[in-house]
Amino acid sequence: MSRARPEPVQVVKERRDRALDLLVQGVPYTRFMGIGFDRRGDELTALLHFDEKLIGNPFLPALHGGAIASFLEVTAIVGLSWQSLWDEIESGRVAPEDLTPETMPRLPKTIDFTVDYLRSGLPRDAYARARVNRSGRRYASVHVEAWQDNRARPCAQATGHFLTPRHGAGQGAGPDSEAHDG
Amino acid sequence: MVLKAGEKARIAKQFIEAIPFSKALGMRLDDIGDGRAVISMPWSEDLVGDPRSGVIHGGAVSALMDTCGGAAVMSHPEAPAGTATIDLRIDYMRPATPGERIVARAECYNITRSVGFVRASAFDADEARPVATAAGAFTVERPQEDKA
Repeated sequence: MSRARPEPVQVVKERRDRALDLLVQGVPYTRFMGIGFDRRGDELTALLHFDEKLIGNPFLPALHGGAIASFLEVTAIVGLSWQSLWDEIESGRVAPEDLTPETMPRLPKTIDFTVDYLRSGLPRDAYARARVNRSGRRYASVHVEAWQDNRARPCAQATGHFLTPRHGAGQGAGPDSEAHDG
Repeated sequence: MVLKAGEKARIAKQFIEAIPFSKALGMRLDDIGDGRAVISMPWSEDLVGDPRSGVIHGGAVSALMDTCGGAAVMSHPEAPAGTATIDLRIDYMRPATPGERIVARAECYNITRSVGFVRASAFDADEARPVATAAGAFTVERPQEDKA
């Protein structure tokens, strides 16, 4: 059997960018924070566009710890959702042209999130990448690192645990609506 | 310099409500003093993390907990001149009810020369079930004349 002819690059890119755009633009808080995503293949880099409203200490000045925590949590949730969305689209299980804000898969729910502040956030753009360390049927563990000028000198890192949405059916209200069946 | 409690609380309120990010999220300082702080944040369309349910994004709740924890450290009787978060862990118990104000209460329950230890919890109108709890460590910046 001969190998299927690869799709034109533009078709592939459009499909992936459209899915990512739906995932990111559908969340009001992501827009409010000014967070965008740069995609290279399946790898995402989150961008926090600097804005005066993100400042937490006007005297230094430095980014607010809460702004950094928000940036990391947004990056973790988008990173985790993107990984499963990518599989759905690339396997052909989900046709990207059928994706609308109403039919997008439900987002994972945060169980806990721990942020380490390593350096004070400078008043300029920040970047972050998420790594899904474990993604099971119900629980996922995601690590995120954020940096500014220098990739080797992260300004913050975080680890979070998430409840992953079940396929098809709508999810319950949160961790406390889940049965603890071990 | 020793300030009266009321004066200190007034300065803290001004200081915290002037923080740009806290202001952008609509935070209000409701109470402060003796290593404790209460800060609340209204529901807003901008803060929504799940458009289908209207539930506020966890990141916004983290920002509220972080601000409240820092305020609790600042208000400790040992009077640090400033503080920054070292680490903060948030546990999310349930989604906050859309449309309801979230109130965070933080307590700096232990302070050393260098570190303030904080726990915090956040509630919406249902005061029996927390939306989230948090634990964190904050730096203690000493006033200039205190430094060796």
